[in-house]
Amino acid sequence: MAPLIELRNVSKVYSKGLIARASTVALDNLSLSLDADKPTIMTVAGESGSGKTTLAMLLLGFIEPSSGQIYYQGKDITKLSPVERTQFRKEVQAVFQDPFAVFNPFYPVDHLLSVPIDKFKLADSKAKARNLMEEALNGVGLRAEDVLGRFPHQLSGGQRQRINVARALLLKPKLIVADEPVSMVDASLRATILESLRKLNKEYGISIIYITHDLTTAFHVANSIVVLYRGGVMEAGDIETVIKSPQHPYTRLLIDSIPWPDLDRRWGGDQMPIKEIEGALMGTGCKFASRCPFVMEKCKNLPAHFRLNQHQTASCFLHDQHPMLDVEKLTEVLPM
Amino acid sequence: MTQPVLTVNNLQVTYFTEAGRVRALDGVNLTLNPGEKLGLVGESGSGKSTMALAMMRMIKPPGRIEGGSVVVDGVDLTKLNDEEMREARLSRISYIPQGAMNSLNPVMRIGAQMRDAIKAHKLAPDADDIEKRINAALVSVDLKPTVAKMYPHELSGGMKQRVCIAIGILLHPKLIIADEPTSALDVVTQRQVMQTLDSVQKQLGAAIILIGHDMGLMAQFVDKVAVMYTGRLMELSTVQDMFTNPQHPYAVALIKSLPNLNQRGVFHGIPGLAPALLRLPPGCSFHPRCPIAQDICKAQVPPLEAKTPTRFVACHLVEKIKNEK
Repeated sequence: MAPLIELRNVSKVYSKGLIARASTVALDNLSLSLDADKPTIMTVAGESGSGKTTLAMLLLGFIEPSSGQIYYQGKDITKLSPVERTQFRKEVQAVFQDPFAVFNPFYPVDHLLSVPIDKFKLADSKAKARNLMEEALNGVGLRAEDVLGRFPHQLSGGQRQRINVARALLLKPKLIVADEPVSMVDASLRATILESLRKLNKEYGISIIYITHDLTTAFHVANSIVVLYRGGVMEAGDIETVIKSPQHPYTRLLIDSIPWPDLDRRWGGDQMPIKEIEGALMGTGCKFASRCPFVMEKCKNLPAHFRLNQHQTASCFLHDQHPMLDVEKLTEVLPM
Repeated sequence: MTQPVLTVNNLQVTYFTEAGRVRALDGVNLTLNPGEKLGLVGESGSGKSTMALAMMRMIKPPGRIEGGSVVVDGVDLTKLNDEEMREARLSRISYIPQGAMNSLNPVMRIGAQMRDAIKAHKLAPDADDIEKRINAALVSVDLKPTVAKMYPHELSGGMKQRVCIAIGILLHPKLIIADEPTSALDVVTQRQVMQTLDSVQKQLGAAIILIGHDMGLMAQFVDKVAVMYTGRLMELSTVQDMFTNPQHPYAVALIKSLPNLNQRGVFHGIPGLAPALLRLPPGCSFHPRCPIAQDICKAQVPPLEAKTPTRFVACHLVEKIKNEK
């Protein structure tokens, strides 16, 4: 299998201060890859500060890793030639969280679609450009005559976010990095956006990395999940297995805290107490130890990944009877 | 029979914009008993926040309360003068706005901000009493009293939000309105904040109106749900009835659109878009999106009627649907 995108031991450390340097580890030794031949939807989940957005920025090439490499189709993305770089920019697209901020209020929404067409010279005539736009809009379930020529304020948040997805689709990408694409959209409109994303994956063969803190939507769109906490992978595997039977205490807490719209499934049924984070991250042990209700003496050391079954792994000493999994081989447990 | 803590009667709010009059709240009726938790749900622009602001009498021009009354604990808020209303806020009715945590003053200590709120109401004359109240409020939201000496930037988002709840309950109001109190927080913090709100509400015996669009949160938190659409109440039922047997077609679609653990990858969006308030369709405002609309729906606005003692539905066809089954 040839990986489409591959992260090898990627870490990102932000440091601040000139004299007293304080550093924050936003992403800690992450290795992941997506297969080029089997387009999939992978969820990266975690709370604020878990490193989700840092991962998105790294994948999009906006920032460089502090250590480790990111390969796109076998090439290190920090060392691309200008031609390769343009190709990378075209084939790896982003959908961001805020459907309001990405539009320039002075231009009709066509602007968002026509700029990439000009930039990447996708069409040599106006009619062709129009066709491309219509095709992309149809792909996300919008009708061109409903939205083209309108200004951003005349459209709903859901429509705007679908135009963003259409813009990504226009460039026929191989990978879309969607950073919280539905969190600012009304609950009743989320379904349509998620449906467009799934359609892109199924019909156009585009791989999607879906970054979110909302596990209910992740459950519905994704095939696999990676749960991040303070830059480290806590649990990973098949989405159905992880959500229905979470094994890491952090994932259990996360899933126990989802307000399911179901009267029979009460909040906190798993009896997971919530503890405050106390102080900054200290030492080299398990990142979740300070909030973990099951914390033990050995949690002062960093737990390895323990492979619970074919499609699930947890980085926790509660599961140390299971075989260890090399950090670099995390992808093996993720179903495509 | 208990005296209701809140009675909203035919509340109407209009915004006078350049493009014309926009009726943001169109004759809303509501009663709430002490200790009850009501969820107010609807899409953006359905009038949820306008409802909260109208009850607090904080609608700003070009908006105006055009009619109706808001009776809290026996006092009609719409009849008070400005000074009396200022005193009623926080002591009778308190409001935790959306993104409340960003409303804390960054250059004042938490304690000083809380002290301001008490002093403005002249309820606790001596300093000791004020400190006691501040400590009690902080403890009741699970924060250490030392938080009073901290600045907002020293606290996490969830802690700031709980400080805002503490400010909201300082003067033991009878009614707390929380407008999307957890919209910017992640799920674990959200659960913690909501459980805090729940325990505080039980201690005070106050009624709560929780505004939001997250039906999951409603299922976990409230006793009654009111569904709003284009400034009108569409259905008001107990949370059990709403989730198991919604009546209004909009409520039915809303419940159906919820993600469900059993059917993975099945989405039911609500087709169409909410109409602009400036150009409301005649009759029932939901009829263009309604799968079962009839001629009568295009002509007459359906009133909110009691279908059973605890269920109110504004739909011409609800009785008929029941009979057909």
